[in-house]
Amino acid sequence: MSALLEVQDLHVWFDLDDGGELHAVQGVSLAVDAGERLGLVGESGCGKTTTALAIMGLLPPSASVAGRVLLNGDDLLAGGEATMRPHRWIDISIVFQGAMNALNPVRRVGAQITEALELHRQAKGATAEARTAELLEAVGIPAARARRFPHELSGGMRQRAAIAMALACRPRVLIADEPTTALDVMVQAQILELLDGLCREFGLALILVTHDLPVVAHLCNRAAVMYAGEIVERGPVDALYHEPRHPYTRLLFSATPDLEDIDEEVVSIPGAPPRLDRPLVGCPFAPRCDSVFEPCSHVRPRLRTLETDHAAACHLNDAVPAAR
Amino acid sequence: MSTDALLEVEELVVRYPVPRGLVGTVARREKQTVHAVDGVDLTVRAGEMVALVGESGCGKTTTAQAVLRMVDPVSGSIRFEGRDITRLGQRTLRPLRRRIQMVYQDPYESLDPRLRVRAAVEEPLLIHGLGGSKGEREERVREALARVELSPPDLFLDRFPHELSGGQRQRVAIAAGLVLEPHFLVADEPVSMLDVSVRAGILRLLDGLKRSGLGILMITHDLATAARFADRIAVMYLGRIVEEGPAASVIRDARHPYTQALLSVVPRRDPRDHHKPVILRGETPDAVRIPSGCRFRPRCPAAVDACALEDPQLRRPAGAHPDQRAACILA
Repeated sequence: MSALLEVQDLHVWFDLDDGGELHAVQGVSLAVDAGERLGLVGESGCGKTTTALAIMGLLPPSASVAGRVLLNGDDLLAGGEATMRPHRWIDISIVFQGAMNALNPVRRVGAQITEALELHRQAKGATAEARTAELLEAVGIPAARARRFPHELSGGMRQRAAIAMALACRPRVLIADEPTTALDVMVQAQILELLDGLCREFGLALILVTHDLPVVAHLCNRAAVMYAGEIVERGPVDALYHEPRHPYTRLLFSATPDLEDIDEEVVSIPGAPPRLDRPLVGCPFAPRCDSVFEPCSHVRPRLRTLETDHAAACHLNDAVPAAR
Repeated sequence: MSTDALLEVEELVVRYPVPRGLVGTVARREKQTVHAVDGVDLTVRAGEMVALVGESGCGKTTTAQAVLRMVDPVSGSIRFEGRDITRLGQRTLRPLRRRIQMVYQDPYESLDPRLRVRAAVEEPLLIHGLGGSKGEREERVREALARVELSPPDLFLDRFPHELSGGQRQRVAIAAGLVLEPHFLVADEPVSMLDVSVRAGILRLLDGLKRSGLGILMITHDLATAARFADRIAVMYLGRIVEEGPAASVIRDARHPYTQALLSVVPRRDPRDHHKPVILRGETPDAVRIPSGCRFRPRCPAAVDACALEDPQLRRPAGAHPDQRAACILA
């Protein structure tokens, strides 16, 4: 059976002013099912937000997209805007990075959600207002605050409102791009609890885009680690932490301080990611890798499934027979 | 760790008036005050890194601004290297300013995009009239770049900020502070804007500076970073330090329910870690109306009736580390 949302071999290129091209996403494949929480992890510029925007069909005109975005088996990219539009916001929705600061400052929060409902012809008038109250309650905003303006709400409450707006049309897939990055740790915990509840109660499929590995370890069941436009490792979060099969995943974890092990050395990863406006030769992580060997400099490793649901793109696994 | 106190803050109080607006003034509404910092004691020694942690609005940044004399306290005292600087005028402060330098959160904003690295690091010398001849200044710029591990300096001197990575920019920003040979650094969230892979490098750099004798006050909301890199941690809530002590004791043996709750909600790297987070409801009350008794009482999962009666002061909890103190009657 196919997954609820499946992305197959997604590529994104951006036209550059100098006539060149930037290959931002280089063959990303991932799948997420109802109730599942998938973490999409990586550093800035690795292509995680571009992947999210491509899934939504929201990239600017300077971008070219190839690959397939299948919702219940239907390819949303096949017919451009005509095949994407009936599903965007309705079946797949996104909470943009910084959405809590992008609410209309001169309109009451509740009215903004009601407007979204009416625009998408989900409901009108009193029905739309009742549905707004329901949505606000689902994200933990007391109904009385629907009449507040965004500046009268705290950051956590604004983020809840942004999530409520993304959920307006009862989507089955929600993409959340760095939903807790600007928030305090206690408010972050409240928002993560909310997202967790939405997945459990409504069977929402969540794609959590973040640079924060512990947040993914806490909330997600599976994760995909991106580097230089591709997924370099993918699997259950437990396997990624306890048995990483790509040095980048292992090094990212060791670069993250942890409260359970405060005496542990925290190590930075030397160097910087490669430029994506020129062809990559060999493994894109090789110049920064601590386990580099002969084939890394000239053969680009492919993402291979090593154990059930655990795949990595690293030559260290070349001797491991492929699994199903 | 040496024992000479570099910075001693006692009973610091900073308040801001809340603008009433025209209507409020005409209606003679009661004047309101934000109690941003409400009685803070803090000591940083040479060769020591102290982390001031807490949520936004808890007063940690205001405390740092008062230490830097960017805001004026209502009462209390700030002593730097034994000298009371609480009321010094700007002119008298000037020579002291180069002893206290600041590292900002966002190296994309703290560096002038039009200045090459050379000029950015040299500028503080020119402002303070230091460094002698052009050649001597260049030498000091090179030394500062070497201290932040941008070497060889020749590779960086003529670059513009946009030609540098985030980590390199933050190093340049730190070099621009170090060129004045400060004794004390205030680092406000120095890595929160940087990628995970380069954060450790910047923190280790600060750690090295500390080991060479600088005192560092690091403001952060990241408890895991504070736990790993700071010698001492002070936890602020609503304008007060509610718990402080050696980093390892505060993390492993937190006595204040607020510290305990904060620690419990920090996500761990290991997905198998299933400790129960204590999620506090609501938000920090605003600092205009500070609750009576213990200020944490309305949100405290452990509060008892007695908490309403007394504003608890910092004291050493029974059985805790000798240098650990918590402001809780139950601690």
